[in-house]
Amino acid sequence: MSNQHHSQESHDHGSVKSYTTGLILSIILTVIPFGLVMTGALSAMTTLAAIMIMAVVQIVVQVVYFLHLDEGSGPRWNMVSLWFTILIVGIVVVGSVWIMFHLNHNLMVGM
Amino acid sequence: MSTQSMTNQDAHAHGHEHDDHEHHDPVATKVFGFWIYIMSDCVLFASIFATYAVLGTNYAGGPTSHELFELPFVLVETFVLLASSFMIGLATLAMNKGNKQGTMLWLALTLVLGAVFVGLEIYEFHHFISEGAGPQRSAFLSSFFTLVGTHGLHVTSGVIWAIILLIQIATKGLNDMNRSRLMCLSLFWHFLHIIWICVFTIVYLMGVI
Repeated sequence: MSNQHHSQESHDHGSVKSYTTGLILSIILTVIPFGLVMTGALSAMTTLAAIMIMAVVQIVVQVVYFLHLDEGSGPRWNMVSLWFTILIVGIVVVGSVWIMFHLNHNLMVGM
Repeated sequence: MSTQSMTNQDAHAHGHEHDDHEHHDPVATKVFGFWIYIMSDCVLFASIFATYAVLGTNYAGGPTSHELFELPFVLVETFVLLASSFMIGLATLAMNKGNKQGTMLWLALTLVLGAVFVGLEIYEFHHFISEGAGPQRSAFLSSFFTLVGTHGLHVTSGVIWAIILLIQIATKGLNDMNRSRLMCLSLFWHFLHIIWICVFTIVYLMGVI
């Protein structure tokens, strides 16, 4: 029981810290891509790569610091279902864009 | 996942009088069930994003994304939603400490910021439509209104949920039912901000580059 109490306390402490860390990192990872696009400081391709990387990093930051998926023990079905969903989302998005790009390409050739 | 381990501890701390449930951990089971719903919602959004990725440059001679989107406005929307995402985190922390007043305060701030976000989005939609850039103008605008509108509807339903939950906490206190509801709402809210990260990157920023 005392062990449980202890873990509860340290957990609460860690959570306030983790939410604040997540907030600060999210603000930074939001301001930089908006700044890059609004000022046009870099070339279009570099900006595109930079904002996509920062979006992915911010999603990971939010999953770790806001959703806390990396912690916990026991069978982690949350993680299993998350990875499965990422797979499905990847198939849907990449597959659609890929097929439609080739369809457009073939139609252009046909003309 | 700490949401689950938190609720595990809650269930152990408070669950002895609830042993009539045959499952040993009803709160964690509910939160996990809701997590599965969120994952299916991810797939829904993925299909709408794929549609936008395919149709997003078909302007049909109408207004383009360069002409329509105003990034400072989107930045304000983003910060409003990010702040509300942080507030609901504070609400769950207050709940884990058993602080009813704090939970209600942070939850109320969450829903006010969520409502402000929805208001900003309605203003933006109204502005586009009044400029002749409604959803029927081009494939780009149809997919834009579908994607951003679906996200806005999710936030709206989250605001309504928060209002109802606020009333339930006020009348019945932080019981197990309301705890699992707030855990689910916080998952939902964080999920909506993660979707918004994809929206502002793929729709607004990539549309203006």
